[in-house]
This record gives sequence, structure tokens and C-alpha cells, in this order.
Amino acid sequence: MSDPTLGKAVTFKGGGFAPRPRRWVGFVVFVSLILIAEWGTRAGWISALTLPRPSDVLDTFRQLYDSGLLAKHLGPSLSRLLVGAAIGASVGISVGVLIGLFSYIRSGLVPLVAAIFPIPKIALLPLFVIWFGIGEGSKYALIAFGTFTPTVVATYGAVDNVDRTLIRMGQSFGLSWWSIVRKIVLPGAMPGILSGLRISLAIAIILLVAAEMLGAEFGIGAYILEAGSLYDLERLFAGVAILSILGVVMSALIGLIERRMLNWRT
Amino acid sequence: MDIRLDGITHSYDSFEVLRDISLDIPSGQIVCIVGPSGCGKSTLLRFIGGLERPSVGRVLQLGEPPEGCLNPLTYIFQDFALLPWRSVEGNISLVLEDHGIRGTGAREIIDSVLTRTKLSDFAKALPKQLSGGMKQRVAIARALAVNPAVMLMDEPLSALDSQTRELLMDDLVDLWTRQPFTAVYVTHNLAEAVRLGHRVVVLSRRPGQIREVVDIERPLAERGFGDADLDAAQQHLWTLMREEARAADAELINV
Repeated sequence: MSDPTLGKAVTFKGGGFAPRPRRWVGFVVFVSLILIAEWGTRAGWISALTLPRPSDVLDTFRQLYDSGLLAKHLGPSLSRLLVGAAIGASVGISVGVLIGLFSYIRSGLVPLVAAIFPIPKIALLPLFVIWFGIGEGSKYALIAFGTFTPTVVATYGAVDNVDRTLIRMGQSFGLSWWSIVRKIVLPGAMPGILSGLRISLAIAIILLVAAEMLGAEFGIGAYILEAGSLYDLERLFAGVAILSILGVVMSALIGLIERRMLNWRT
Repeated sequence: MDIRLDGITHSYDSFEVLRDISLDIPSGQIVCIVGPSGCGKSTLLRFIGGLERPSVGRVLQLGEPPEGCLNPLTYIFQDFALLPWRSVEGNISLVLEDHGIRGTGAREIIDSVLTRTKLSDFAKALPKQLSGGMKQRVAIARALAVNPAVMLMDEPLSALDSQTRELLMDDLVDLWTRQPFTAVYVTHNLAEAVRLGHRVVVLSRRPGQIREVVDIERPLAERGFGDADLDAAQQHLWTLMREEARAADAELINV
């Protein structure tokens, strides 16, 4: 009756929609782009004015390192980034949690944050110089201000998403308000806060360059700007590469923290 | 400690959900509340637990909670409400920490409740590693840890498959037989009600009113499958509820 040779295999319609990490692919993309640029500049179909030769950029980078200038530029930049981002992120997380918990603070501050968010913080640079001086203060303030708004928005969204039954559970067991915030709300909001931090820290790196436009002798941003104004493409690219590496390292660090702190997620 | 509900009526805006509920919950007994969906049975439980306030009427505690009781009215939730970032023992210690119980004191309580719920081997596991039935046993262990005077169980077995449900019912009966506890058990499952309830309260559809209170005399430990009197009780409950359930079902469509 049923002859298996006559059967037709059911068409497979499933699969897909589930990206998995493929370790080396990202690396291969980077390397092949650089190799193409190298090949193009050497063969001549990319002119030296369009793109510097990657090997020259690497050479510039080596010189930078050998002369000790790298540390001189990287040190102040990193400390600006760290202090600024730490201030911005911690104030942002605190304000975000308050917005997530209190009706009045929420109604009062959400429109304010919405008003501040789209302002290009670079435009406020002169104002910051008047407020905090031409020294490190204005640079910290700019980076802090830039990281603050995205952190606030991510944090209060994350607090809103904390499972309400867990909070009811805490209340029904008679936990104090502070315990509920510390042991239920904050850990529950952590995934959202961390993914917000990814964005905030990238913005912090962008603003670093802006902050160093004014009165900075040393710093990656100052280095890039100087190279740019001299049209020294090798140094410009060496500086940009440092910023990229900084971004990758930041993102990897947050990934590490996520794997450590959020191993409870399914 | 007994609980008395005294003339409870409740409405959300102009929408009456509960009307004139008066009920005694004697200590050492399991009182089941059954009713069609939307009859306000979970709301009633939240009143007893102090998580919500009725518009009219009061919930009274008669007598003092027993000694060593950390949280007299303790909930067990349908969806377990375990903190996913804490291990099994961490979830239990959560409710002890606020009472200043840490270290060896906490260790003793945690070990004892984990033994009573047969979870000793899983103290370090995270909730994501546990099955639904295990998670609810952790929630029961957590409730036992605060030594409650009354356990408020809101459809505790409804999120579980029917086999796990049977196993957990046996566990609950065991727990009660070894050390009788007071509980208000809200469910829509009549089989659970006749298996676990000393007394079954049938609510009508919205606005919820008490239709009938059915006492089941047979001791919990002797109840089993196919007991004629239990079947009769369940049949009786279903006749009481059938029309209400049908009407409630039709009502939802009109909302």
C-alpha cells in the first residue's frame, strides 16, 4: 500500500533566527579589510591621499610607542575617560533607579532627561569651560554629562522591567524597603543597566576626543586633532585605531562582567 | 492564630468584584477557596495577606501568632517568585536576613526546611536548573522557613503538569500530617480542593459571594484516588460551580 520509495521528504522549513558566536569571523573581517587596504595602496589603485598605508600606520604607532609618547597620550585620556564615565554612570544609575521607584521624581525628571538627551554635548563645551575651568574639570564634566543621559534612560527602563511578582514576594515576606531595592530591584535591573553601559561607554569615548579639543596638550583626542589639522593621515589613523581598540576592550570588559554577574539568566 | 474575614466587599472603580464575604479560617486547617475565573478569589487572598485593602470590611487576626513565627501571613505564589540570581539556599536566606538571622542560625533553619521538602541535595542550585515542581518546593521551603501562622497559597500547583501536581499534593499532605499548618488555598482545580481542603468555600461568579461551604471530614492522609465520598464531594462542587463557570466564561467574551 505505502511504498517508501514513492515518499517525498518533508521540506525543511525550520532553523535560522538564532545567531551563534563564530569566534574567528570578526577577526578575519578586520584582517582582510586591512590587507585589501595594504594591497590597494601598494598597487597604487588607492592613492596615498585617500588612505594611508596600513603598514605605515603601524610604523607610526611603533614610533609613538618607542618614543614613550603613547603612554603620555594614553595616560591622561584614560584617566579622563575613567573619572568622567564613573561619575556619569554612577549618577545616572542612581537617578535612573529613583525615577524607576518614585512617581514624583519620575514625572519631574523624565521630561528633563528627554530634553537633555538630544543636545549634542559638544555644543555645551564653552559653557563647561566657564563652569569648570579650562583644566580637567570641564573634560570630566563633558564626559560625565554625555554618559549620564543614556545611563538614566537604560536604568529606569530596566527598573520598570523588574518582575513585579518578585517585589510582591519581598513585601509579603516583610522585607524592608531598602532590602527590596538592594536585593530584588537592583539585581533584577542589572541586565538592562549593563547593556545601557555598553552604549554609555562608547559615547564616553566619542566625547573624549571632543573634550580634548580644548586646551589639552596630551591625550589621544589631542593627538588625533593635531594630526588632522596637519593632514598627517598616518598619525590620524594610528590615533583612531587606539580609540577603536579602547572601544573593543571596554565592550569585552562589560561582556566579562555580564558573564560573571548574569550567569543566572537562562 | 485564626483568621476572620468580616463582611468584605470590594470594587475596582464601579466594578464590584467581591460582595459581603464573611469567613472563619480556624488554625490547623486547610481552607480551599474555589470559584470560576475572575470571581475575585486571588484578590481575597491578597486581602488576607495584607497586600491589598478591601473597600469595605476587615480581615482580623484572632489570637497571637505562635512563638518563633517570623512572618505570620506567608504567601506561596503560582509562578514561584524565586529570585533567579540566588541559589536555592540564597532564596531561603533572603527571607531570614531581614530578621537578622544569619550564619549558623540561618544554616540550621535552611537545612531543616530543605530536609522537610526533600531538597537537601539542591541547596546550591540556581532556579534555572530546577524543574517547575522543584521550584515550587523551594518556594514552599522558603515559606516554611519563616514559620508562618497561616500559609496563603495562590494556585500553587496551576503552573505545573498534572503528574508533578500529584507528587506535590502528596508532599503537601505529608507536610501537613507531620506538622499541621493553617492554610488558605486558592484554586480552580476541584480535585486539588477535595484532596487538600478540610473545608472548601465555593465562590459565585463576579461579584464573588460565598455560595456554599463544604466540609470534608476524611483525614488528609487517608484521601486517595477514587474515594467514593471525595468523588461525591467533587461532583457536588462541580454542580455548584457549573452554571457559574459557564456564565463567567460567557461574560468574559462580552467585556
